[in-house]
Amino acid sequence: MRSRPRDPRLTPRRKAFVKMRRPTQPFSSDKCATQAIAAEHGLTSEEYERLLKVLGRVPNMTELGIISVLWSEHCSYKSSKRWLKSLPNQAPWVLCGPGENAGVIDIGDEQVAIFKMESHNHPSYIEPYQGAATGVGGILRDVLAMGARPVANLNALRFGNPKNPRTRYLLAKVVAGIGDYGNCVGVPTVGGEINFHSTYNENILVNTMTVGVAARDRIFSSKAEGVGNPVVYVGAKTGRDGVHGATMASAEFNAETVDKRPTVQVGDPFTKKRLIEACLELMATDVIVAVQDMGAAGLTSSSFEMASKGGLGIDIDLDQVPQRTTGLTAYELMLSETQERMLIVLQLGQETRARSIFEKWEIDFSVIGHLTESNRMILRQGSQVVADLPIDSLVHATPEYHREWYKSKSDIIFRSEEVPHRPWRDSLRILISCPDIASKRWVYEQYDYMVMGDTIQQPGGNAAVVRVHGTRKGLAMTTDCTPRYCAGDARTGGAQAVAEAWRNLTAVGATPLAITDNLNFGNPEKADVMGQFREAIEGIREACQALNFPVVSGNVSFYNETSGRHIIPTPTIGGVGLMVDTARMATIGFKSSQEAILLIGDPIGGRGGWLGRSLYMREVLGREDGAPPEVNLYNERRNGDFIRGLIQDGLIVTCHDVSDGGLLVTLAEMAMSSGIGLIVSLDSSQAYFQPMHAWLFGEDQGRYVITVAEVLVDSILREAAGRGVPVRRIGTTGGDILRIEGTGDIGISVAELKFLSESWLPVYMAGGAEVAGQRS
Amino acid sequence: MKVAVVVFPGSNCDRDVAVALERSSGLRPLMLWHAETDLPAGVGLVVVPGGFSYGDYLRAGAMAARAPIMREILARAGEGLPVLGICNGFQILTEVGLLPGVLMSNATLRFICKDVFVRVESSDSCFTERYTDKQVIGLPIAHHAGNYFIDDDGYQRLLDNEQVAFRYCGSDGTTSPLGNPNGSRDHIAGVFSRDRRILGLMPHPERQADPQLGGSDGKPLFDSVVEALL
Repeated sequence: MRSRPRDPRLTPRRKAFVKMRRPTQPFSSDKCATQAIAAEHGLTSEEYERLLKVLGRVPNMTELGIISVLWSEHCSYKSSKRWLKSLPNQAPWVLCGPGENAGVIDIGDEQVAIFKMESHNHPSYIEPYQGAATGVGGILRDVLAMGARPVANLNALRFGNPKNPRTRYLLAKVVAGIGDYGNCVGVPTVGGEINFHSTYNENILVNTMTVGVAARDRIFSSKAEGVGNPVVYVGAKTGRDGVHGATMASAEFNAETVDKRPTVQVGDPFTKKRLIEACLELMATDVIVAVQDMGAAGLTSSSFEMASKGGLGIDIDLDQVPQRTTGLTAYELMLSETQERMLIVLQLGQETRARSIFEKWEIDFSVIGHLTESNRMILRQGSQVVADLPIDSLVHATPEYHREWYKSKSDIIFRSEEVPHRPWRDSLRILISCPDIASKRWVYEQYDYMVMGDTIQQPGGNAAVVRVHGTRKGLAMTTDCTPRYCAGDARTGGAQAVAEAWRNLTAVGATPLAITDNLNFGNPEKADVMGQFREAIEGIREACQALNFPVVSGNVSFYNETSGRHIIPTPTIGGVGLMVDTARMATIGFKSSQEAILLIGDPIGGRGGWLGRSLYMREVLGREDGAPPEVNLYNERRNGDFIRGLIQDGLIVTCHDVSDGGLLVTLAEMAMSSGIGLIVSLDSSQAYFQPMHAWLFGEDQGRYVITVAEVLVDSILREAAGRGVPVRRIGTTGGDILRIEGTGDIGISVAELKFLSESWLPVYMAGGAEVAGQRS
Repeated sequence: MKVAVVVFPGSNCDRDVAVALERSSGLRPLMLWHAETDLPAGVGLVVVPGGFSYGDYLRAGAMAARAPIMREILARAGEGLPVLGICNGFQILTEVGLLPGVLMSNATLRFICKDVFVRVESSDSCFTERYTDKQVIGLPIAHHAGNYFIDDDGYQRLLDNEQVAFRYCGSDGTTSPLGNPNGSRDHIAGVFSRDRRILGLMPHPERQADPQLGGSDGKPLFDSVVEALL
């Protein structure tokens, strides 16, 4: 390959020259892309025809590569856009909703929180360590591109059945990848969730979320402005890694999937750390016009998107792109997904000032092009123009599908009286040590959750809480989804995920502000999957509206499907809330003995409990059926607002929401967190407690457990009654045993519960024993 | 007298330790870029913070030990300038030869982030005088290579000179393999130089110097240096 003399500054004179010799017709020796080649790139024949029409000619290989990723499901949201539009994204505190790199919410004092969640499912299955690591790297970059210093990472992980031979390996590698990356960049990994189910055996889900903080007047956009302004590439040198990552994420897996390992990107957290510091240093100056991270489809997506948003053209000299190896083709340079890279539009003339910052951090800095009036993307390599694409026309021609869908039949609702019961202690032992509930300490101890010195609620509680540095404020954050419920009814499941996120933030005392959604589904070309997607969106929409909890960013991951079998719907919700005064905060552990235990919220129907799709059904009885518990959003809000008021008024400091495993598991977790036992006052002669196993293990929504000093009980009951909030005294803390009154047995010691909870995962990871529970 | 916190590319506890130092002293420390070749005038304590200097490439601390500023720190430490190395800072101080021993990968071969108990083995230093001998304190660890090793001769010298600063232990102060998170020889969590003007430790006292972070057991370390040196 011949190389041209390098002039990184691209002077105005040179640009004039460049303009003059711009050809208008096909060029370059690159071979033309036929329909057969387009099909290999994931374009349908219809899409190929559409492309020919827009271009008025046959594209060359580089152009085809670019368009195929721009039009891929992963980048274009062509199947989901129609439905995503229905999600609420407005509130007085929302400063930037979906459409930018991440959502922005106002947290007062001229500060904002910026956050997003994204999937890295397909790469993480093929190469779990790098796949998960670059998942973290990618989401950090999105938040950084908006101008925020990342302050916390979370992750929502779903693995296959623990008995599946590959699960242990995938879990170990994913956790190591997330840990090594986050630990090195020095951003605490503060929370998340892990589920196991055979539906994920060949399609694990790795959803990563980053929360950042920025000054309100320092938010950056990806909209390119100012003809002639230089386009600057900063970060790692480009290699061949990740070419076609976006296309891979837009197709089902099959037997040859492992051959796609070379399409997985490789992370370099040390470079990322320097890139973060250098970008933030540059962002503190006034020389930036626009910023975009190079994520999926790397240089293609970033440059195209920036120019498109600004209604401008972009002229790029590929010889100026820092390259890790020789002989990279234009096609590879444009499609590489090499990590740790950003694209920045600077004000003309500020290149030297910007360059000095990146030189200090020893990060490559190269002016690779400039903005033009033409509204075309022109790529040059050597002495040739290797691509010439009309930007607006291609954006407008992006396919958007109204895919067929049908609503699956919902599972039947059954009476909990019909569900067999087992001795309560046996059931509790099974539940507390089952994979979905057992302690995840083995995982989070590999994450530095304390670096940056502001983590005031660590993993293991309702939600993580990170102080806004140098203030009394805190950000509460959580990720939630209960795929079991989504499998029973996607609409209820979607609403429940939002409600649970809202509840978790409430339970620490934060005011829930907004969510990011990460929607993981199967192949959208199948009507049943599309139906699940539509239903889940409906549920999310209803809950967001009722709880005033808008969606500010998100990501859709389709094609989580192998050999025709798709995952159960998994719309993961990442929620963020604000705590004005972190001195007013609740945690789950009992604080002392002889405190009254109160349950806020009634079971559906006012007695017993809802066992459909519960963990009791799955883990104790080995059944996965029934409709999931209904989500009553009116009750949810009423109960949550009441709880939050108590915490913010400083009346309570102990609170836990009732979720997986039901009330007794909630109580057990509160006991294990503190070492203090309890006695549950249960009068089985009262209809309210009947049937008892449903009352103990039902997963009815919108409920919390709090503890208060005896002297406060009456006033809280009165206050609750005044607001129509159902509250019941259900026990007293004390001792070191969990007992239930009237059962005639000795209960279970908190020490035994702790042992059961803490030992499952380490034993499993050590390769030990047959795995208990999990019959699916 | 001033405190300087060294910042390498990849340091990530530099701000955390600066906050803890400021909390104890009321003075904002100087942040000292690795490429500097001189210490500013009036620096009375150098802190080498935690993190992943140079991405831990080659070996944790190995590349940072060759950074320009380390030459100056090495020279000044020889003249008695106090130096504190925390976590990656401890690894760097052993790599540069200011402290004996090496830090190997944890026995579990995994990164470990958790709260542990450590026993103060000597309160006779400018870093530990606010503690009492054999006091048990709770501090967090967060490292992949904290497994302290030293050969038999070196170990004997450490004991003879009473250079062990902290040992991992149980809540009651007894040492046992159960309380040792990373496989360190004789449960060693931190060591002094022979003149006790240099301390390296794997636990993070700066993460436990603010009650809202769960405790203040690390604060006396910063109070000690502030009282002794500033």
